[in-house]
Amino acid sequence: MTRPHKPVVAALLFAAGLLFGTGAHSQDSTAKALQEYRDALQDGNPAELWEIKGEDMWQQPRGPNKVSMEKCDLGLGPGVVKGAYARLPKYFKDTDRVDDLESRLVHCMVSLQGYTRAEATRRVFGGPGAAADMEALVAYVSSQSKGVKMNVALAHPREREAYQMGQKLFYYRGGPHDFACATCHGEDNKRIRLQDLPNLTSKKDAQRAYTTWPAYRVSQGELRSFQWRLYDCFRQQRFPELLFGSDASVALTMFLARNANGAAFAAPAIKR
Amino acid sequence: MKKALVSMAALAAVLFAGIALAQSRSAVGEVEAMRELMRGFKPSGQAGLSRLVQDEVQQFCSDPGWQRNKARIAAIEGQQLAAVKYPADGKLMGNWKAGESIAQSGVGKQFSDNPSQPSGANCYACHQLTPQELSFGTIGPSLRNFGKTRGSSEAIQRYTYAKIYNSRAYSVCTNMPRFGHSEILTEQQIKDVVALLLDPESPVNK
Ligand code: HEC
Ligand code: HEC
Repeated sequence: MTRPHKPVVAALLFAAGLLFGTGAHSQDSTAKALQEYRDALQDGNPAELWEIKGEDMWQQPRGPNKVSMEKCDLGLGPGVVKGAYARLPKYFKDTDRVDDLESRLVHCMVSLQGYTRAEATRRVFGGPGAAADMEALVAYVSSQSKGVKMNVALAHPREREAYQMGQKLFYYRGGPHDFACATCHGEDNKRIRLQDLPNLTSKKDAQRAYTTWPAYRVSQGELRSFQWRLYDCFRQQRFPELLFGSDASVALTMFLARNANGAAFAAPAIKR
Repeated sequence: MKKALVSMAALAAVLFAGIALAQSRSAVGEVEAMRELMRGFKPSGQAGLSRLVQDEVQQFCSDPGWQRNKARIAAIEGQQLAAVKYPADGKLMGNWKAGESIAQSGVGKQFSDNPSQPSGANCYACHQLTPQELSFGTIGPSLRNFGKTRGSSEAIQRYTYAKIYNSRAYSVCTNMPRFGHSEILTEQQIKDVVALLLDPESPVNK
């Protein structure tokens, strides 16, 4: 916990000025400035703070049972963290369901550490002044797949079923605005206001989007997990709240993770 | 209240009269899929689970192959157009200045929004409108000079009002919301946005 984080602070101040300080930037200069601060942060993404905390949480004995997570099986065997995120979601025999990282972490916190489900999921997303343990664990585990090629299998029938349900959900229009994910993420080179929208139906964009989450969001001063991204896009979609770890949530993650296959995982990243 | 009752009824119809509906295997599948989907969400603020119950158009447009069904497209567009409610006083244009702030505002209908506040339309999320606003999206076409190029005849006013009231009347699976039909905007708000597009004094046309 004593690593120096000077570049982080400097870059954050720079980024804050960039994002909140000035009025109408032209789009080009905004994009250029964003790239500059990303470069400035290269050696010091604040996501590191979450990774360190998550690593600590992984190793420390916690919960009523006072055991660590080091026996947690993320798919590559008990305790194997390296490369695990790049292969999730997948079917697990012990839970008899397809799990993504988050639902798997909840499973381990319950079955190994003795937490209740409600305790394990009480605070899954951080808010102002209160980071979430879950996002720290996610930052740590996902960081251990940096550079690993995404390799999500559709071998088990339940995995194929999850993928299909995720695909269906991606195109499912509803709510007062008739929105689906595909409304905002179905075409190349579109944007909302000035925010570029990845076309998640194209290989290239799907790969880039999936492999850059979790991410440190400069505008929020928070590390955000992929689950948070889905939750917040459903909010903008005017849907009710996506339930953390639900079949629908895992299925959508399966659809998007599988479509990223072949690309090197590159998160935790840093974003606007 | 009335709307809530209607959608609750729709929900009940889908969930509990599933057997009656389900003459075919695919209908059984639809009902099962809907149940499964609903288990993945929880009601939050103003966004209840009934929002996951699709109307006919939403269902039609969720099939990525919808373009092939030409007959259904024409039928649905006709039916959506027939259901447009024009203002009783016959006036289709309001105040462009009010329209501009409605076009700017992105609040409304999210579970994080206060339901007692009026909704905005967030036209700028998808369209270019005035030359002053550089922060515009590109999901929809540019509407710069919309009135200048089309004029503001009665026919254009009626088209513009209807397009905003129910975008699907002209383009069944468009990405644009149905602002009147789905009660996102009030009649007065739609008139104001029509003025933003058509009033010669509006910066959209300068
Ligand atoms: C009403 C518009 C809208 C809808 C509907 C929507 N999104 Fe998004 N999405 C956005 C915007 C805007 C961003 C970019 C936010 C930013 O740059 O901060 C985004 C970002 C994302 C990203 C991250 C991309 C990246 O490269 O960082 C993913 C992944 C994503 N959305 C997935 C989804 C999925 C899955 C759904 C359906 C559940 C969905 N979105 C529905 C507007 C939407
Ligand atoms: C989520 C995206 C979205 C939003 C929000 C949106 N639109 Fe659109 N709009 C579109 C798309 C896509 C089209 C093109 C397809 C079509 O005609 O429906 C369109 C088309 C139009 C057209 C027809 C253009 C023509 O040449 O005839 C008008 C007029 C229009 N929009 C006005 C508005 C206004 C006014 C608002 C706000 C009240 C608005 N739109 C909000 C996406 C959007």
